[in-house]
Amino acid sequence: MAECHPVGFQWVMEAKARGATLIHVDPRFTRTSALADIHVPLRVGSDIAFIGGIINHVLQNEKYFREYLVTYTNAPTVLTEDYADTEDLDGVFSGLDPESRIYDFHTWQYEGTEVQAASGKRDKEYSDRVQGSSGVRQAGRGEAHGSGGAEVTAQITNDETLEHPRCVFQVLKRHYARYTPEVIEEICGVPQETFLRVCELLTSNSGRDRTSAFVYSVGWTQHTVGVQYIRSAAILQSLLGNIGRPGGGVLALRGHASIQGSTDIPTLFNLLPGYIPMPHAHSNEDLDAFITAEATRKGYWAEMRAYMVSLLKAWWGSAATPETDFCFDYLPRLTGSHSTYETVQSQLDGECKGYFLMGENPAVGSANAKMQRLGMANLDWLVVRDFSLTESATWWKDGPEIATGELHTEDIGTEVFFLPAAAHTEKDGSFTNTQRLLQWHHQAVEPAGDARSDLWFTYHLGRRIRHKLAGSIDERDFPILDLTWDYPTKGEIDEPEAESVLAEINGWGADGNPLTNYEQLNADGSTVCGCWIYCGVYTDGVNQAARRKPQVQQNWVATEWGWAWPANRRILYNRASADPEGNPWSERKALIWWDAEKAQWSGHDIPDYDKSKSPHYRPPDGAQGAEALSGLDPFIMQADGKAWLFVPAGLTDGPLPTHYEPQDSPVSNLLYTQQRNPVRQIQPHPNNRYQPSGEDPGTEVYPYVLTSYRLTEHHTAGGMSRWLPYLSELQPELFCEVSPELAAERNLEHLGWATVVTARGAIEARLLVTERMTPMTIQGRRTHHVGIPYHWGPNGYSTGDSFNDLSSISLDPNSHIQEVKALSCDIRPGRRPVGADRARLVHEYQQRAGITERTGTEV
Amino acid sequence: MGVRDWLGWPLFRQLGAGDPYGRGAAAKSSTSEHLTPRTQTAQKVVKSVCPYCAVGCGQNVYVSDDKVTQVEGDPDSPVSRGRLCPKGAASLQLTTGSARMHQVLHRRPNSTEWETLDLDTAMDMIADRVIATRRQGWQWEQNGVRTRRTMGIASLGGATLDNEENYLIKKLFTALGAVQIENQARV
Repeated sequence: MAECHPVGFQWVMEAKARGATLIHVDPRFTRTSALADIHVPLRVGSDIAFIGGIINHVLQNEKYFREYLVTYTNAPTVLTEDYADTEDLDGVFSGLDPESRIYDFHTWQYEGTEVQAASGKRDKEYSDRVQGSSGVRQAGRGEAHGSGGAEVTAQITNDETLEHPRCVFQVLKRHYARYTPEVIEEICGVPQETFLRVCELLTSNSGRDRTSAFVYSVGWTQHTVGVQYIRSAAILQSLLGNIGRPGGGVLALRGHASIQGSTDIPTLFNLLPGYIPMPHAHSNEDLDAFITAEATRKGYWAEMRAYMVSLLKAWWGSAATPETDFCFDYLPRLTGSHSTYETVQSQLDGECKGYFLMGENPAVGSANAKMQRLGMANLDWLVVRDFSLTESATWWKDGPEIATGELHTEDIGTEVFFLPAAAHTEKDGSFTNTQRLLQWHHQAVEPAGDARSDLWFTYHLGRRIRHKLAGSIDERDFPILDLTWDYPTKGEIDEPEAESVLAEINGWGADGNPLTNYEQLNADGSTVCGCWIYCGVYTDGVNQAARRKPQVQQNWVATEWGWAWPANRRILYNRASADPEGNPWSERKALIWWDAEKAQWSGHDIPDYDKSKSPHYRPPDGAQGAEALSGLDPFIMQADGKAWLFVPAGLTDGPLPTHYEPQDSPVSNLLYTQQRNPVRQIQPHPNNRYQPSGEDPGTEVYPYVLTSYRLTEHHTAGGMSRWLPYLSELQPELFCEVSPELAAERNLEHLGWATVVTARGAIEARLLVTERMTPMTIQGRRTHHVGIPYHWGPNGYSTGDSFNDLSSISLDPNSHIQEVKALSCDIRPGRRPVGADRARLVHEYQQRAGITERTGTEV
Repeated sequence: MGVRDWLGWPLFRQLGAGDPYGRGAAAKSSTSEHLTPRTQTAQKVVKSVCPYCAVGCGQNVYVSDDKVTQVEGDPDSPVSRGRLCPKGAASLQLTTGSARMHQVLHRRPNSTEWETLDLDTAMDMIADRVIATRRQGWQWEQNGVRTRRTMGIASLGGATLDNEENYLIKKLFTALGAVQIENQARV
């Protein structure tokens, strides 16, 4: 955090100054470790085991927050008899079909009922939930599968004594029993003494009077089990009562100014604005069927129809009527995953022929950068919008494959457009930061030359396309012709008014006045709203994201600076900050509380809860939606109002986190015979070979653990940092970090050159031999890490080879995020070969390791 | 050189002014005394947000003669309290540095070089290509089930852009029937 989010880290230091204990768990010793009370180096790829060990400690030693657990989580809920755990099936859950590599999730459900997920793969239940559906089995993952079965609306069975052998709490206890301190030491390389100290510090700092927070970044998400990493922390924090309370939480520190915003208003294939799922293709699917399949019965997702209809109204205006099914059919349908990695395959297959890159540099920043470049070399046209000529703009001229002779510029038919982008100082707009806070940046100057905002580009591209298609009677053009696309523009360059777009995102009612809250949205087409969770950002026609009341003039929650979704609430699920009666768990940790006199919730933050719902409210029989949430249900987006220790729906790879080794790992899975996540997503391809793992012959060819990371002085794939003299001077070139012990083992010399090789590529880097890298003993074997920052490529002022020429496309099956934090490699002294010899070296390694197209593809 | 000049030397000034370590007034020269920071003379200060990571530090953008002259941390921000990291502090160079491109470039198929292109022409060419490729990759259905989409066009990027920009990208491309719309949040 001190490295990559240094200014946010000031608050950690502030907490430390007030007595907080800071624990840093990271394979490397970084600027964060230097300021931490304890640094715990662990082997990359072993965090589920590490957190699992703490969960086991909490359960075995009864360190959980019992009252919170029983009332606010699904710990008491009884599961179906059909559920079988990894304990029963040696590392896999019930429902696995090894042929298709898909889990049937039906056996993971609650007894006697069926709940829908608040996020994730909601379409999985389509055929169960839609009457008359043919139950079409789709090609992709996370898709409808399994046979019919009528919807059941029986009551959830709870055992508040937590004794029922099939209640979540007991299942959890059995599942984690084998995550003992001894086993943690063998898997993670963390000495038992250190591990137990972490357990002790964490549990003694959780409860009524104290809370602990977990902070993570892509070190947790970029794995074939990334979602389950986060789930591990969610389970632990729920057990300890650290969710929805000040100083608690599982906090993602994200790396781009509006990466949160681009998830909320998603430029992502599987989502519509506000986490409404993109529809998957089903027979006779209409809006009703979609809502039936995807919405919950209880909680705010029960109102999905209102959110969806308001969105369709925002996009297709007067064409979206009850008669036209609100233009639901105008939405393109998914068939499986269409993530950026499938797109690369589709480019290589010649299906995807046109590609827009808007401020992103996949030739450096995406896994298996070579596949990215080869995909682009197979396009008809490519549009790159950026500040400078990134590697993704120039690969056809000077990319690594030109140097190796694998590609020849004259043979590449891709037409490339480079359009210079405007900077944040040259346009109005909002960023959503990592804590869901929208902040407006005002335009300071006009962009020079041809530089334009992406707002300008997208608006004017759309305007031209609409003009060219005007009058078309081709049905496929109707969605584009009926689109509401009439934003006012300003100035000489006709820049669209960003605030008018914000107003549409916020939405308006039948009277045309801006809405103030998503609870005002209707399912009948009388309201318009581009992103329901952002409803209220333009309350009273005032840009709430531009509010800047100085921090010294307001309380510590600072609700008058910017605007946080939803409804300007700063801590999500904060009903959990009060006990079942509505009183703060302690004075010290008070955030919101039930004011019986006023009959409402009040406090420092805005309640993430119905303000007038008493703790004593119990829903009447047959209640639905928000009304069905009791006064004891803080988790208002969940189908049962509770924090999920066990996930009955929404995940593709299991209801509980389980330790699996990474796709490429020199280590065997000590816990189960199952080596890897059985449903991880892999894309075998001659340029995307996987390596032998564990005890497989050939593993010794790539004996070291490889990880990647960022530096303070550079930004992601370098597009906003390697072209800056200041930053390039601070971090002038690529390097790789190894321990003195590994340096001695491989004759690596500090400041000399090293070549790092995987089954995908070979890169060179200067060596930083440092004790910041800790050698570990894993299952009796000395294990070393090689660490490489991923910012570099050949362009700009500060240059170097790209880490992603080493990585493979192997993905988490839920999020489709690539595993680039835990791989294996070899390292040798000296520079890498140039020209055709570079590819030859990679091939020679593959042969020595006996790699075939099947290696590493086992279930 | 007279005695008066000698007395003007920094060491004498330091000793004479009771500032032996040269950390106060003695360190000033007549030149530095008359310098004023760009931030003081700026014609306007525009409120902004750092464009790098997602912490969202407040920035004050100083402008004179329609040029950005300095970018500083905003002390009013409850997020950052005026601080910026090395990247944020380099925002002036990011936005006004010489590495920024201001000209549209075009590489014809199989060509070895860039050529310059007029923005208006480029926009028109891109619109034509979108229309053609969209049709080429069009799928009314797959395996007998309606999909109403194009697999011909994909887009990547958005995490560095504004919410309003992401909104228009998603809206336009979805209306075009594209589903392969992605950004760094996936990566």
